[in-house]
Amino acid sequence: MSARALALVAALAGAGCASTQSDPRDPLESVNRAVYVFNEQADEMVLRPAARLYRNVTSSGLRDGVRNFFSNLDDLYIGANNLLQGKVEQAVSDLMRIAVNTTLGFFGVIDWASDMGLEKHNEDFGQTLGSWGVGEGVYLVLPLLGPSTLRDTAALPVDWAGDPIYGHAPVDERNAMSATRVVARRADLLGASRTLEEAALDRYVFLREAYLQQRRSQIHDGRPPRERPPAD
Amino acid sequence: MRRMLACTVLALAAGAVQAQMTPPDELVKQVMLDIQRVIIVDKDLQGGDRAKTIRVIEEKALPHFNHVGMTALAVGVHWRKATAEQKKRLAEEFRTLLVRTYASSLSAFGDQKFEFRPLRMKPEDTDVTVQVRVLQPGSQPVLVEYDMEKSPRGWKVYDVRVAGISLVVNYRTEFGNLVRDKGIDGLVGALATKNKSLEADRGGSKK
Repeated sequence: MSARALALVAALAGAGCASTQSDPRDPLESVNRAVYVFNEQADEMVLRPAARLYRNVTSSGLRDGVRNFFSNLDDLYIGANNLLQGKVEQAVSDLMRIAVNTTLGFFGVIDWASDMGLEKHNEDFGQTLGSWGVGEGVYLVLPLLGPSTLRDTAALPVDWAGDPIYGHAPVDERNAMSATRVVARRADLLGASRTLEEAALDRYVFLREAYLQQRRSQIHDGRPPRERPPAD
Repeated sequence: MRRMLACTVLALAAGAVQAQMTPPDELVKQVMLDIQRVIIVDKDLQGGDRAKTIRVIEEKALPHFNHVGMTALAVGVHWRKATAEQKKRLAEEFRTLLVRTYASSLSAFGDQKFEFRPLRMKPEDTDVTVQVRVLQPGSQPVLVEYDMEKSPRGWKVYDVRVAGISLVVNYRTEFGNLVRDKGIDGLVGALATKNKSLEADRGGSKK
């Protein structure tokens, strides 16, 4: 898996040399835009219809259960990243979430832990690298996976290794679970993608800025420096 | 003696104004709950009635936004180069775009619960961030932050951050690219075109 990711990065880096775009954070813009268009088409033809169907045939209670189930599976890996970042208290809270939700919450289907004040965290290895001081590098749009950076792409193999579904043995079960997870996550974002369409003058740029901002905010756990209007 | 009296009167007047000015966190809470109350009792708004939603936003939320300051921040370094007329048009078009974008997400407001985070501020502070956690059944809580500055007419919002994504920062690159390629009038034109297309899209269907 990691070799493929590296080959991809190398291919993108090579192809990007011809680019004449001016944003220093996005030297591969011409390639990225092509991948972005491909992703949009794939989303429109496959993922979005599947997500709409999922939303139409499930009750919101069922969707909550599915979301919580997958969310519970993530918590161990999230806790490990918190530990790697030295956030011991958060890591302990993640472990308590798992203990509560796996038992009282019927294998994670009900998120009692959040009701008890054990907040859900959002961590991955890209954020861990960021907290260690690794710069984000150039912006990348990965086929099917979407917005990323060089750092976050390099961190992906670790995320995959830490993903209990990817590591799950029987292939057909793993595939079914992965597919359900992707469709369920896309369904949660149906509203957000409509807002993106409405708000953006150039969707590619809007999505890139949003991704880079959000990653920076996640790495600083929500407190990057802020700005004021210019005196005029 | 007279001077002292004048000073006292001034101080009293200032104190009165101070007392009238709603603190920023209180203001955010009032406005959000007020809008929610309106939506909960109105089937048209829950169903996504555009025109009505826009009217609610303009009436209840907009007075508390410094939309010229927001536009200036989003336009960034190019703002100084704009003429007064261009600034006026930019602010108007940007305001329209934000209201329309906001309108499409407002119908969900009815089901949401807000957790208003207490704001620790000193009396002399003129620039604060008010945090609200938005809880929606079946989604992870989202942190919404309002950057607000004190003005003679009360506290005004000049940026909104949703899950760490600042509205004005997000628009800045887009606006910068457009100004570089087509000038400030080009940016005004692009915003106007976008606003018209949003209106046209909505013309046929209400949802």
